[in-house]
Amino acid sequence: MICEETLLHALVDSELDAGHAREVEGHVASCGRCAAQLRDYRGIHEALSAPGTRYRAPESLRQRIEGALPTATERRPRAVAPGRRRLLKGFAMGSAMSTALAACLLLFVVHTQEDQRIVGDVVSAHLRSLQGNHLIDVQSTDQHTVKPWFNGRLDVAPPVVDLTSQGFTLIGGRLDYIDGRPVAAIVYKRRLHVINLFVSQSAGSESRATMEKLQGFTVWSWAWSDLNFRAVSDINPVELQEFGDKLKSAVQNGSS
Amino acid sequence: MTSLLRRGPHQPLEAERHVMADRTTEEDPTRARRFRDTALPHLDAVYTLARYLLRDPSDADDAVQECYLRALRHFDTLRGNDVKPWLFAILRNVCWVEYGRRSRVLLYDVNAEPDKSEDAIPMWREAQDTPETEMLRKLDAETIQGLVAALPDVFREVIVLREIEDMSYREIAEIVGTPVGTVMSRLARGRAMLREAWLKTEFQAGEKAEQVRKREEQFK
Repeated sequence: MICEETLLHALVDSELDAGHAREVEGHVASCGRCAAQLRDYRGIHEALSAPGTRYRAPESLRQRIEGALPTATERRPRAVAPGRRRLLKGFAMGSAMSTALAACLLLFVVHTQEDQRIVGDVVSAHLRSLQGNHLIDVQSTDQHTVKPWFNGRLDVAPPVVDLTSQGFTLIGGRLDYIDGRPVAAIVYKRRLHVINLFVSQSAGSESRATMEKLQGFTVWSWAWSDLNFRAVSDINPVELQEFGDKLKSAVQNGSS
Repeated sequence: MTSLLRRGPHQPLEAERHVMADRTTEEDPTRARRFRDTALPHLDAVYTLARYLLRDPSDADDAVQECYLRALRHFDTLRGNDVKPWLFAILRNVCWVEYGRRSRVLLYDVNAEPDKSEDAIPMWREAQDTPETEMLRKLDAETIQGLVAALPDVFREVIVLREIEDMSYREIAEIVGTPVGTVMSRLARGRAMLREAWLKTEFQAGEKAEQVRKREEQFK
């Protein structure tokens, strides 16, 4: 066999079938020049495929792209309540209310509207996860397997707690989207019921845990230490509350 | 350079015009959701390719946004699960074609370039000052990024698609629109050029260290 450079590259790139790979390797073993080339090209290949050579898309770009996408949730609140813009206009046009009061009220309305939308999003994400074949990206009952899986996929490191001994079996995790942002979904099972726990970055302050019902599902929400936790399931609210309480104490005690 | 892909105030991007015209189909929320779940996870990979192709952060930003707008519009043309190569092909088109069309600078069509110039580049030169048994020295990621960025367009795109984006020869051939054989020869030459640049950088680093050592000796 003569020195054929493209074959060396094909070997580096694992593009050769077993027979040809053996042939080329045989040649390399007896040809110093080809051996040196192979070594250098492998070195370059390894150096370039290291994560450091990649770039991360800026957050502003992600938001611009997501903002340009029509969303299902965008239209829902508009149907039940006047849009924020119309609210603003209403206040601006000859309202007798003081500016301060208007601002407070507006904040309140916008805030609850937003919450409502997110709860809707959480339920849709839960439904989606049950419909398709996409409940779990990483299947494991081991919290030390599930937690590191999220590394590099998200801007948060979600605490993954194992509540198996307390009646809620950890079955895995996946990446999902809530409110147009990637979030961690940690999946638990209670008997035959699935509980999706969504963890995302929060604006800050700690909040009291709340429960809401929507379309027959219960959503448990809690914020703690820059993280939002939202658990959703069709199990009865008492059990979801129990799940929430156990999760809360486990997270606060740092057993993730 | 930075404004090549930017649009003027009264010059909406082509893809945006389509989006405006196609409100009814574009606003289908389930389709948009499906698109989001399929295409957005590859944002970092698409952005990485854009950074290497255009060599400028804000141009890359614009190109990636345009790429996603086009991808959404042509989402129905996506067959199977090969989302990444599909997005790469769209992005590559945005980068080269859009650049060629929008800028007054004459850019050659990378695919029409005769192979003669590729032959002019030496494939392999023996390293003169490194013994054959010695490995290439490790360089930091930033230096490596710089070396890749310095490669000519035709070789850079193939190198980035193979080494950094981990595309197969067949996928690269489809993205770039050339036969697999061409991909292989470009990859071979691209790596040879990278190796040359690599050795040069090592040599310069060595020389610098030598200078520093000499200067320190003078002060002793």
